[in-house]
Amino acid sequence: MAVDYIYPDYEIVRNYDRCITCRVCERQCANEAHRYLEDENKMICDDAKCVNCHRCVSLCPTKALKIVKTDHCFKDNANWSGKTIKEIYKQAGSGGVLLSSMGTPENYPVYFDKILLNASQVTNPPIDPLREPMETKVFLGSKSQTVRRDANGRLITDMPPHISLSMPIMFSAMSYGSISYNAHESLARAAEKLGILYNTGEGGLHEDFYKYGASTIVQVASGRFGVHVDYLNSGAAVEIKMGQGAKPGIGGHLPGKKIVGDISKTRMIPEGSDAISPAPHHDIYSIEDLRQLVFSLKEATGYKKPVIVKIAAVHNVSAIASGIARSGADIIAIDGFRGGTGAAPTRIRDNVGIPIELALASVDQRLRNEGIRDQVSIVVGGSIRSSADIVKAVALGADCVYIGTSALLALGCHLCRSCQTGKCNWGIATQREDLVKRLNPNVGYERLVNLVSAWQHEIKEMMGGMGINSIESLKGNRLMLRGVGLNEKELEILGIRHAGE
Amino acid sequence: MKRVYVNEKWCLGCHLCEYYCAFAGTNETDMARALKDIKINPKIKIEEHGDISFAVSCRHCDEPLCVKGCITGALTKKDGVITIDKERCIHCYTCILCCPFGAVSPSEDGAIQKCELCVKNSAGVPQCVRGCPNAAIVFEERG
Repeated sequence: MAVDYIYPDYEIVRNYDRCITCRVCERQCANEAHRYLEDENKMICDDAKCVNCHRCVSLCPTKALKIVKTDHCFKDNANWSGKTIKEIYKQAGSGGVLLSSMGTPENYPVYFDKILLNASQVTNPPIDPLREPMETKVFLGSKSQTVRRDANGRLITDMPPHISLSMPIMFSAMSYGSISYNAHESLARAAEKLGILYNTGEGGLHEDFYKYGASTIVQVASGRFGVHVDYLNSGAAVEIKMGQGAKPGIGGHLPGKKIVGDISKTRMIPEGSDAISPAPHHDIYSIEDLRQLVFSLKEATGYKKPVIVKIAAVHNVSAIASGIARSGADIIAIDGFRGGTGAAPTRIRDNVGIPIELALASVDQRLRNEGIRDQVSIVVGGSIRSSADIVKAVALGADCVYIGTSALLALGCHLCRSCQTGKCNWGIATQREDLVKRLNPNVGYERLVNLVSAWQHEIKEMMGGMGINSIESLKGNRLMLRGVGLNEKELEILGIRHAGE
Repeated sequence: MKRVYVNEKWCLGCHLCEYYCAFAGTNETDMARALKDIKINPKIKIEEHGDISFAVSCRHCDEPLCVKGCITGALTKKDGVITIDKERCIHCYTCILCCPFGAVSPSEDGAIQKCELCVKNSAGVPQCVRGCPNAAIVFEERG
């Protein structure tokens, strides 16, 4: 067995001068990394079990713990990194596909970090959002392209269905099953309070949450789990999930052991059966097929709910988006390659898809060129990390953003990227009852409300600085953006100028 | 009157309330210094069995049996808070026997101890509430 040994990536460092052996670390670690030695009245730990989730560190009342990256190493090699070597050992031992969770940690360029915002000076005054009105409200859906009047010359105001949001932010799709009941409750209540929407993901909607219907996007994905007519009509919008940024071209698989009790009921599948979402929708092989599903869902919801089509950002995303706009969808959601996941094959997550900033810019431009931009709203997701990312996304052409990882961080996630183990110490990505209760929705919902409200303040500050008092005036306003350290091609795709130009 | 309430639904059985309680009683500023190598004797205690756990401390009853039973008048109710005058306590432990919640216990010096909502120590507000990581213990006004 010793030949299989891989030295742990992280080490738990305990300051024994500060440890009072209260054993909270031991009680709170679902990975059982800490142990109490009765005879010595001493805590010990097993670094190999640590996933670096910081639960023990955060709860230790005397701050006696920290987790450090090990300085144990392989011989330096720019080509064969320690990570690569360990992955090979792991696969040589298991014969399996490597699994990962959350967004890719790999070092790809983050274009948001290479884009800077403008501000007004002298000739066009900035606006102080604390003293003057500042509008962040957005409406998502197909916009009328012509002014129509009736026989008496009165305006015809029958608009296609829209979603109204207090700010251009929604919580992205995370299914009940991949995240816990309490995490869902926190998201639902926060969305209601904030005047925004959350998304059921593809696991159906728990019966307790139908009351938050007006704040819910109900998703229809390739597995069609939990889909029935009341479900479709319970939400504010219906989303067809074609792809996910973390795993474009890949389906999903929730193991049978997680399909228990309420999850089985909500997903409408027998307890213990694997929930397999196929990679494709087996009834969609063309834009025409997609159009059929879009209109089936509109028919089922009496044409009262906008239909969103969500795709992963892939190489020919703008052509696909053009097709989606023509399929009758009201909103296109694009998920960038940094988007999160409860579990994805590592190689897919780390190597497939394109950055959301480039995808967004090219989709917005393509739809504008084709004169169909007003037919659809664009929502982008895939690692929106701050209000600045949102402002930049809106200026690049997005109507709204989806936030997933940021929302989970607000709920306590420490990005240890071990969701696939089902032993989330923060009560988020788990169904183990003793762990789920660690996330008190009364606390979780308040933290989500705090985060999003704070971002709204910041969005207003940044808009004010640019002399813009309505988010609609910022949309697609790429003159407010400048690139730094970007080459000609990147600037061309983003449709922005270089700083100094 | 504001009281400490516990909610079993959110209690994780982490026992942190006990340590924050014990720490509050020491009037120290550093918990490691205060509680290192000490077996704590907190006024709030976690009751647990299997998956169920919850914290138990003095309810500050409207009709407190401990006060009724106290033969020296060491236990009194002032502004809704039942407090102990250690000088008057003769260690008869009648109150411990009377309390239906098991919220009164002997302290190291022999006199009884019980939750006094941290009004007497330097913290000023109940430290079990402040230390609970999941809002399972709250300090609030209820009808």
